[in-house]
Amino acid sequence: MGKQKTPQKAAKGRRNRWTKDDTELTLLSLPTLLWYLIFSYLPMFGVVIAFKEYKLAPGGHGFLYNLFTSDWVGIKNFKYFFTSNSFAMLLRNTILYNIAFIIISASVAVGGALILSNMRNKRGSKVYQTMMFLPYFMSWVVISYFVYALLTPERGYLNGMIKALGGEPVMWYQESKYWPFILVILNTWKGMGYGMVMYLASITSINQSLYEAAVMDGATKWQQMKHITLPGIKPVFVMMLILDCGKIFNSDFGLFYQVTGGIPASLYTTVSTFDTFIYNSIQSTAPIGQTAAASFFQAVCSCGTILFANWVVSKIDNENRLI
Amino acid sequence: MRELKEKKYTEQSSFNQIKKSTNVIFNVIFLTLGLMCIFPLLFVFSISITSEEALRVGGYQIIPQEFSNAAYMFLWNERGTILRALFMSVLVTVVGTVITIALTTSMGYVASRRTFKLKGLYTWIIFIPMVFNGGMLASYVVVNNILGLSNTIWALILPLACSSFSVTICRTFFRTTVPDALIEAAKIDGAGQFKIWSGIVLPISKPVMATIGMFAAFGYWNDWFQASLYIQDKNLQTLQSMLNKIQENIEYIANNPYGGLSLQQYKMGMPTESVRMAIAIIIIVPIACTYPFFQKYFISGLTVGSVKE
Repeated sequence: MGKQKTPQKAAKGRRNRWTKDDTELTLLSLPTLLWYLIFSYLPMFGVVIAFKEYKLAPGGHGFLYNLFTSDWVGIKNFKYFFTSNSFAMLLRNTILYNIAFIIISASVAVGGALILSNMRNKRGSKVYQTMMFLPYFMSWVVISYFVYALLTPERGYLNGMIKALGGEPVMWYQESKYWPFILVILNTWKGMGYGMVMYLASITSINQSLYEAAVMDGATKWQQMKHITLPGIKPVFVMMLILDCGKIFNSDFGLFYQVTGGIPASLYTTVSTFDTFIYNSIQSTAPIGQTAAASFFQAVCSCGTILFANWVVSKIDNENRLI
Repeated sequence: MRELKEKKYTEQSSFNQIKKSTNVIFNVIFLTLGLMCIFPLLFVFSISITSEEALRVGGYQIIPQEFSNAAYMFLWNERGTILRALFMSVLVTVVGTVITIALTTSMGYVASRRTFKLKGLYTWIIFIPMVFNGGMLASYVVVNNILGLSNTIWALILPLACSSFSVTICRTFFRTTVPDALIEAAKIDGAGQFKIWSGIVLPISKPVMATIGMFAAFGYWNDWFQASLYIQDKNLQTLQSMLNKIQENIEYIANNPYGGLSLQQYKMGMPTESVRMAIAIIIIVPIACTYPFFQKYFISGLTVGSVKE
């Protein structure tokens, strides 16, 4: 795909001429280029679905044929999505959950990494890290079974404890007020090992002589943390923050869909996000154009937020910008 | 604090260390957190070995009230289904990981070559998907309607086979650890780029291959989402998608009655609750047994990934 773009002009001199080496490198990367083309770039053109009213053309043609012969409807699909009852709720849920996740996960990860790096028994610290990494490797389906074992009303462990203490059992899967907390706790729990280990790696890469010099000058542990460790992990922190902001319109589908048991009606307005909405629409008979509009809206917002976050960082501290 | 400082200078081993008492508190906190993280594994396992009767009477308990191997016996009796799902999971994981490593390292290597004429273009090709994607629906349409991969194993493998994140890790790794002189020397000896990539670069890049491979392998092993979108064929179920399916309908896996029972009686008598948990255990145990050994590759990958261009 790149060959046409090569500078073929002799005027540019020998150095810029396309060499056998370049051909070989292009060929070597061809399979991956094809993958990118099909699985990354082709879906980007899927945006046209959002501007069409997809109809099956008579005669049993393929999807693309149907798409081309469908009528353009302008922004009708978007209008429908924006004015539907769900839109405000989805927007609120997706953003608020993400903000809570980002703040809490980042604090836990940084706090945990600071403690781990200061622990005197290094072997113990390794064991804790390994233990805390386990949830990261479990799929949400598996976790949803574990959550079910805790929360199911009749036999669940939590209700068993509540009953043993003389309380009233709670119908967890029907009470929406608990779910924001449950989801935040689970998200933090699953990601904390990963986050801590990442910040810990960046703390251990800080030059140790800085600490030695600080101790000689009589700095306390607290002062060392404030003036050496925290500035040291700032680049990674900022990078993670930008990436997280870029995902603020996305949600971890498994967390919202699997853990709640496929989103029962009683929890619908509390735990629905753009991703669960789009997934449900794909599985249902909703017009494909409206689903595409929701999907496209989400993609554009994600792109906008990541560029915006990067712009903000570049204004405050140009060193740490991502792009 | 002042006392501590005095001590620091006299005792080299505890130089700039926190107080012993603080250390104990930290250890208690992290032991609790660590136990919270492995608790599900123990809890789910203990349910899987509890008898159905005890579960019905006493609910889910951490210590089994009455032991029973009924769940595992049931799974053994249905081993045709279980082993097929296990085989699919292993197949998808192995094939997917190999493809991922090939696609990712080749792209990473090419993008890392400073003399490559299309370097700028490649940087953009890799970068754009990091900030913009077509969304879930468009990907679904491409895989399902345009490529027609639904109900094939490729629908589980190809969409996850590459990512800009891992390509970036590879590129940074090759750029920082593979000396240009080595490549130049190989070129003078007449080796082509494919030969250099497969014969020289990959053998000295085992750490990054391990990182990419581990991310890929755990990703494939844990994937249920692709299966839920694209796979309806029972024969192509992986363990994860089976677990996902039986959440709704556990009787789905009861096909193989024995001891003169009718299918109906067999389904009625199956230890449903513990069977679910037993399947979850079959999925977690391979992960729990392997990840501690590969943890360092994850960490090295994460650190490389956070190195900026």
